[in-house]
Amino acid sequence: MNTQALTDLCYRMADDELILAHRHSEWTGLGPLLEEDIAFSSIAQDKLGHAQALFTIMHDLGGEPDADTAAFMRDELKMRCSHFVELPNGEYDFSLVRHFLFDVAEYVRWTALVRSSVEPLANLARKIHGELKYHLYHAQTWMVQLGANGNEESHARMQSALNEAWPYALGMFEPGEFEDALIADGIFIGEAVAQQRWLELVAELLQSSTLMIPTQVEPIYGGRKGHHTEHLKPLLDEMTEVYRIDPSAEW
Amino acid sequence: MATIISLDPRVTRMQIDPERKDPLEPKPELDQFQTFEVFHQGKSGAHHMHVGCVHAPNHELALLLAKEQYARRGQTVNLWVVNTRDVFTMSAEDTDVFATTPEKKYREVSAYMVRNKVEAFKKQNTEGSTE
Repeated sequence: MNTQALTDLCYRMADDELILAHRHSEWTGLGPLLEEDIAFSSIAQDKLGHAQALFTIMHDLGGEPDADTAAFMRDELKMRCSHFVELPNGEYDFSLVRHFLFDVAEYVRWTALVRSSVEPLANLARKIHGELKYHLYHAQTWMVQLGANGNEESHARMQSALNEAWPYALGMFEPGEFEDALIADGIFIGEAVAQQRWLELVAELLQSSTLMIPTQVEPIYGGRKGHHTEHLKPLLDEMTEVYRIDPSAEW
Repeated sequence: MATIISLDPRVTRMQIDPERKDPLEPKPELDQFQTFEVFHQGKSGAHHMHVGCVHAPNHELALLLAKEQYARRGQTVNLWVVNTRDVFTMSAEDTDVFATTPEKKYREVSAYMVRNKVEAFKKQNTEGSTE
């Protein structure tokens, strides 16, 4: 097994989950209605759990630091998240659209990982399948509700958020350093195939939403190589503030 | 500077002038989404139990939100959501139809003091055996 390739894949996935979990959790207490606030916060918590599980797999198989150290002690240059998850929440329309586009990608990735040659990854994929299914159902229901069943304003807001998000969403599929090794070793299907499946599933799920999928858009890359937006640093400072006071503290 | 004794509305009452000319505006209708009653099924074949309600614009979103409110922890097999408007119920002033006839004690479980009888029987038997 190519440990380097596996570690690279896991950091990309885990960092996306970790940073988006933090962004989602910024809505806690501020959500548009109480029930949605609770649902969205709990989705954020699930994402954090996925990140933790991935860090733990790398710790066990690749000799990487434990989950807390990996999550809280790496600086910006070491982070492998895409620009998409770093962007500030903006208004709820953008957060919902990002939630939708990210979770379709997450669903595609983990569905493929069920057949991964790395046993712990395949086991994790099976374990979290139900959660991912609910996240997808939650995201799609809101896309259809606000796209097709809302009013003119909700439709316009969702469409403009979708247009704004699209180039960043494509950036989630920025190829890693070890694409060929991941595919050859049966660890993962690779970013190109994942993107293709993502496009198909997004189109299928948005069919009844009346929202138009943007075309001919250039992806925004960089995150997977450690180049980030100016939004990541302040997020990391806030997220790690308490942990870094005393990294040896028992929680 | 005014001092607030307490923010508890039971202590510090809102000072509404009874003489005021402009009447207080009632809240607009549908200021919130309508509500749906949520029924939770814990085991296959078990009754769905009423557990509370959720605000939602339609059935689909009600079910979606009910899942996170009432089925995140513990075992769940299924959920039902029912629009609160579809629940047909008795008027508050008709509660007297539920009044029972208190003198017919024999219709209530508590009227049967089996335990006393068992105790008496045991006591009688023990006394009988020692004689």
